[in-house]
Amino acid sequence: MPDNKTPQAGPAGVAGTGPSTAAGLADASNASVASAAEVIAEAGKPESREKARSLGQDAWRELRRNWIFWVSGVLLVLLILMAAWPSLFTDVDPRHADLRNHYLGGPQWSHFFQEDWFGYNVQGQSVYARTVYGARASIIVGVCVTIAVTVLGGIIGMIAGYFGGWVDTVLSRLTDVFFGIPLLLGGLVLLQAFTNRTVWTVTFALTAFGWMQIARVMRGAVITQKQADFVTAARALGAGTNRILFRHILPNVLGPVIVVATIALGGYIATEATLSYLGIGLKDPTVSWGVDISAAQKDVRDGPHALMMPASFLSLTVLAFILLGDAVRDALDPKLR
Amino acid sequence: MGRFVARRLLQMIPVFIGTTLLIFLMVYSLPGDPVKALFGSKAADPATVARLRHEYGLDKPLLQQYWDYITGLFQGDFGQSFTGRPVADLMAEAFPVTIRLALFAFAIEVVFGIGLGVLTGLRRGKFLDQAVLIFTLIVVSIPVFVLGNMAQFLIGVKWKLVTPTVQDSTDLSQLILPAVVLALLSLAYVTRLTRTTVAENLRADYIRTAVAKGLPRRRVVGVHLMRNSLIPVVTFLGTDLGMLMGGAIITEGIFNVPGVGNTLYHAVITSEGPTVVGVVTVLVLVYLVSSLVVDLLYAVLDPRIRYA
Repeated sequence: MPDNKTPQAGPAGVAGTGPSTAAGLADASNASVASAAEVIAEAGKPESREKARSLGQDAWRELRRNWIFWVSGVLLVLLILMAAWPSLFTDVDPRHADLRNHYLGGPQWSHFFQEDWFGYNVQGQSVYARTVYGARASIIVGVCVTIAVTVLGGIIGMIAGYFGGWVDTVLSRLTDVFFGIPLLLGGLVLLQAFTNRTVWTVTFALTAFGWMQIARVMRGAVITQKQADFVTAARALGAGTNRILFRHILPNVLGPVIVVATIALGGYIATEATLSYLGIGLKDPTVSWGVDISAAQKDVRDGPHALMMPASFLSLTVLAFILLGDAVRDALDPKLR
Repeated sequence: MGRFVARRLLQMIPVFIGTTLLIFLMVYSLPGDPVKALFGSKAADPATVARLRHEYGLDKPLLQQYWDYITGLFQGDFGQSFTGRPVADLMAEAFPVTIRLALFAFAIEVVFGIGLGVLTGLRRGKFLDQAVLIFTLIVVSIPVFVLGNMAQFLIGVKWKLVTPTVQDSTDLSQLILPAVVLALLSLAYVTRLTRTTVAENLRADYIRTAVAKGLPRRRVVGVHLMRNSLIPVVTFLGTDLGMLMGGAIITEGIFNVPGVGNTLYHAVITSEGPTVVGVVTVLVLVYLVSSLVVDLLYAVLDPRIRYA
C-alpha cells in the first residue's frame, strides 16, 4: 500500500511544504486508514499532515456522524447541568414540604418548569424539584464508580496480563472469587455495615464488587498486545516495564475498556437506585431518585405520578448512557458490532 | 473430556473457598453485633451474651470460625440461624419456590428471546426488527424495581388481571407476572444476542451451500443456521440460569414471593450471618456448576471444540 501512494502523493507533497511531508505520508500509510485521494487532498494543508489520525480522532470522526451519539449526548449534557447546577432548572427547595396544601397533589402538565409541574409527593414536596435535585446523586455515583472501576480493574488486568505466570493465576482466581458474588448482593452486605451512608460509601461498595469485568477485558487485551512487534521493539530499545505498560501497551488496549466502562455506567446508576430503593443505599436527607421511588411505592395507588416521574428520569438517564456506550463502541471497535 | 472436567473441578476449589471466605469475612468482621441485636432495646445480660457468643462460636478467632463452618458444611451442616432454626431448613423452604419461579422465567426467556432474535435476525432492517430493537433498549434501561412496581400497579391493581402479590407460590398462574418481570431483562439480551449472531451467520458460506443444494428453508434455518448461532446464546443462558436460581431480591420482594431472594434480603437486613453465608455458599456452588455445564455444552454444539 505505501508503494502505491507515494508516487501519487509525492509531487503534491513537495509542492506543499517540504521536509515534514515525507514523515506525514509514512504515518498515514502505516495507519492504512487514509486513502490516496485523502493524502493528496491533505497534503496541501500543512497542519493536518503533521501526524496520522489517532484512534481517538478516528473515533470522533465516526461519532460525529452518528445521530444516536447526538441524542444521547444532548440528554447527558442536560442531566449533567442538572446535577451540577440544579437551581438553573428550578428555584424550589426540594426539601420544602407543605403537607396541608399539597399532600399528593396531582401534576399540572401545562405548568412547565413550575413547582407543581409533576405534582407533589406524600410529604407535600415538589416532585419536579426533587427529580431535578435527584440527578446529582445518581450522576456522581455512576461517574465515580466507573472511573474507580476502570482504574482498579484496569491495573489488576494489566498486571495479570503482562506478567503472566503465577501472578496471573493468583489475580485471575481473585477475579473469579469476586465474580461469584453478584454486584447487588455484595453491595447489600457491604453497605449494611455502614450506618452513615453517603454517595462515597455507595461508590466504594459498588467499586469493590464491580471491577472484575474490566479486569478480564483488560487482561485479554494486554495478552494479545504484549506479543506485538512494537512491544519487542520498545524492550529492545531499553524501555522499562512501566514505560512499556503505560506508553506503549495502554493506548492500544484502551478502546475495549472504554466501551465496557461506558455501557456499565448506566448499570451502576441503576444499581445505586436499586440499593437506595431497598433502603440500604442513600438515605433521606440526600435527594435521590431511588429514595423517592422507594418512598412513593407505598402510595402508588393514590399518587402514581410521585413514582413515575423519578422512575422515568432514572430510566432516561440509564438509556442515555447505554446509547452513548453503543455509539462509542461502534466508533471505537467496528468488529464488535 | 474426563481430564478437562477433572481439571475444571480442581480449579473450582480455590474459587469456592475464596468466595465463601470473602462473604464470611464480610458478614462477621464488619461492625454490628448480632448477639446484642437479639436483645432488641433491652439491656443485654453480659453472662447470657457470653453464653450465646460461645454457643455460636463467635468468641473464637475468625479463621477458626471459618474452618469450623467449612468442616461442618462437608458434613451437611449449614449451621443455625440466630433465631434457632437450622439454616438448611430455611433454604429447603425457599429454594423450591425460587426454582419454580426461575424455571418459569427461564422458559419465557428462551422461547421469546430466541424466537424474537431469530425472527429479527432473518429480517434485519425491517419494521419488526426496528420495533423489537427499540423495545429491547427500553427494557434494558428501565431498572427492575421500576418495571416491577409499574407492572404490579397497572396489571395487578388497576386492570385487576392477576393478583398483585403471590399468595400461593405453587399456583403457576400467580407466578406469571413475577416471572415475566424477572425474565424481561434477560429476554432483551437474548434477543439482541441471537439477532446479531443469526444475521452474521446468515452470510456464512455453509448457509449459501445449504441453500444452493436445494435444502428446504426450514432445514437451512432450523439445523444449519440455528446450531451455529446458538453457541454464544447458550453461554449467556447458562450463566443466566445460575443467576435466576440465586433468587431475585427485587422481584421477589415486590411480588412477595417467599423465595431465596427474599430470605437473603431479610437475612442481610437483620444481620442473620449464618443464613447469609449459607445461602451465598449454595449460590456460589450453583454459579460454579452452571459455568462448567456451559463449557461442556460448547463441545456438544460445536464438534470442532474438543476438550483434551
